Amino acid sequence: MFQDILITGLINGGIYALLAVGFSLIFGVARIVNIAHTGFYMLSAYAIYTLLNKAGLSFFYAIPIAVTGVTLFSLVAFKLVIEPIREHESAVLIATIALALVFQEGVLLIFGGHFLGNPTLLEGKMEVLGVTVTYQQSLALAVVSLVLLGTWVLLTRTRLGLAIRATANDVEVANLMGINVNRVTMATMAISVMLAAIAGAVVAPLYVMEPLMWLRPLVIILSIVVLGGLGSIKGSVIGAFIIGYVETLTVFLVPSGSFLKGAVSLGIMVIVLLFRPEGLFGVVFEEER
Amino acid sequence: MLILAPLRIAASYLWREVLPLPSRAAVLVFVLAILGLPYLVNDPYFLRIAIMTSIFSVFAASWDFLSSYSGQVSFGHALFFGVGAYSSAMLNHHLGWNPWLTLPLGGGVAMISGVMVGYLCQRLRGSYLSLATLSFPLILTGLLFLFPEASGGELGVSGLTPLVRSRVGFYYVVVLAMLVLNFGLWKLGDSKIGLILHAIREDEVAARASGINTVRYKVMAFAVSALVAGLSGGLLAHFIRSVGPSTLEVALSFQAVIWGIFGGVATIYGPILGVFLLYPFTELLSLFGSISEYRLLMFALVVLLVLIFMPEGITPWIRDKLETECRRCKSPNVFTRHECRICQADLR
Repeated sequence: MFQDILITGLINGGIYALLAVGFSLIFGVARIVNIAHTGFYMLSAYAIYTLLNKAGLSFFYAIPIAVTGVTLFSLVAFKLVIEPIREHESAVLIATIALALVFQEGVLLIFGGHFLGNPTLLEGKMEVLGVTVTYQQSLALAVVSLVLLGTWVLLTRTRLGLAIRATANDVEVANLMGINVNRVTMATMAISVMLAAIAGAVVAPLYVMEPLMWLRPLVIILSIVVLGGLGSIKGSVIGAFIIGYVETLTVFLVPSGSFLKGAVSLGIMVIVLLFRPEGLFGVVFEEER
Repeated sequence: MLILAPLRIAASYLWREVLPLPSRAAVLVFVLAILGLPYLVNDPYFLRIAIMTSIFSVFAASWDFLSSYSGQVSFGHALFFGVGAYSSAMLNHHLGWNPWLTLPLGGGVAMISGVMVGYLCQRLRGSYLSLATLSFPLILTGLLFLFPEASGGELGVSGLTPLVRSRVGFYYVVVLAMLVLNFGLWKLGDSKIGLILHAIREDEVAARASGINTVRYKVMAFAVSALVAGLSGGLLAHFIRSVGPSTLEVALSFQAVIWGIFGGVATIYGPILGVFLLYPFTELLSLFGSISEYRLLMFALVVLLVLIFMPEGITPWIRDKLETECRRCKSPNVFTRHECRICQADLR
């Protein structure tokens, strides 16, 4: 039981962290509340399913193809749908909701509403310090930690990362300093969706897929980024693991906990907000006028 | 003569203030059309769509009042709808109270929930508030599943007493409620309170510096909006005679956002038009067997397409085409006029 909680919480937290970091990035740079964010995660999982079962590719080809494909697709969608209405904030908001609905209905029409599963990538399990872990789970953990580390390096050690952080801090000043804000926004969109697509690839062999699979993680990552502080990467990661463990603990320890796991984690977010309205690691912004 | 005097005032008001402006004339036509609808079409399915549309238009208007007047964009508006529907349904089902009593009580419970949420959220602003409100209906859903004896769990509560037995009678109850509530919201938004809410949305610090108790007004916006949304939820519960967890779903909250922004925010009539265009559209699509699978997809695509051309929503776009604002006295005029109908200033 203890091992189960440890491992499941770690995996859930990791996947939430990937999703929440991407969501945070695009919110910070472009101030877009991207409701379609987990839609890309779903698309990636379904793309992998198609490439595995219809095209007969192996996982090692399917995952990179799916991740790049979804990322390119997101850039096209951004150019066509979001960019023309960028200056109207509310329009952008429902454009992303509508995009998510389009994804959901598209998946429903092509694949049907029933549950689909992928074969596992690696069979077998191993024992680490007396805790049994399947190879599949350890691979997921390895991928998640590598990608998170990579994102951190990208953001703090490269010129692009500097540009992204500068734009997130103040768009106008970043523009005046010679940063091409439009290009940075596109790059951030690509990175953000790529993180979501990788999360989808990690999830594809672990969980079952259905056309509504985007909705639950969406609600959870929204609460995570609010809990951690909007736009704060560190806050997103820590918030993701807090919520991941809270959910797992509720499922394992509370009777009929699977009904309550959403309610408990959202309740924790509300309680944190009551004491720290800007989230755990959020900065208190001067009111934007 | 004394009896005729109010009539004459009404006629002159109609002639001077309503008919010269296309938008007000359109509202008049709409009210007359919706009141006369059962005489034109007496098809029960059609009336059902009209009733649902009216109920959801109240819901969308209440979202607009909270989100665009006071600037507290709610992503969890289904909470108030669901609280109104559930409390009205549970009082009716478990205690056997008359629906005419449980409906306003449901609205009252929703209003209390609105005050609670508004009070909890008073320190949050912008996106934080939106994302935090999203969680409240989900928390309540979790709690409902925890007490399946009272809430019916997944299936909800069914077998409620309808307000009126006949469908046409129910239609008139809903339509009258819709007109009163929507017109009331619009009047409130146009009043001094609405002005104060606009001020709070634009600059809360400045509003507070001008001596406005911003917290009180923001919580009040939550209360009013929740009351109206709760009443619409109760109406729906007593119309379809059952209530389930779908009244608290994220999808319904998002639906309110889509209707509101599609119609045009901060207008009250915008979201109403949004519902009257989009809801029957999706319902009518489901009549055609082969297309019905695509209806949500087409709904989303239509919303996307319309937004790309009219990013401010549909009513501001139409209004700007039909009316010009007088530069001197700020009163609206038909686009065909060359001088203002109030102050005779040149409009060109």
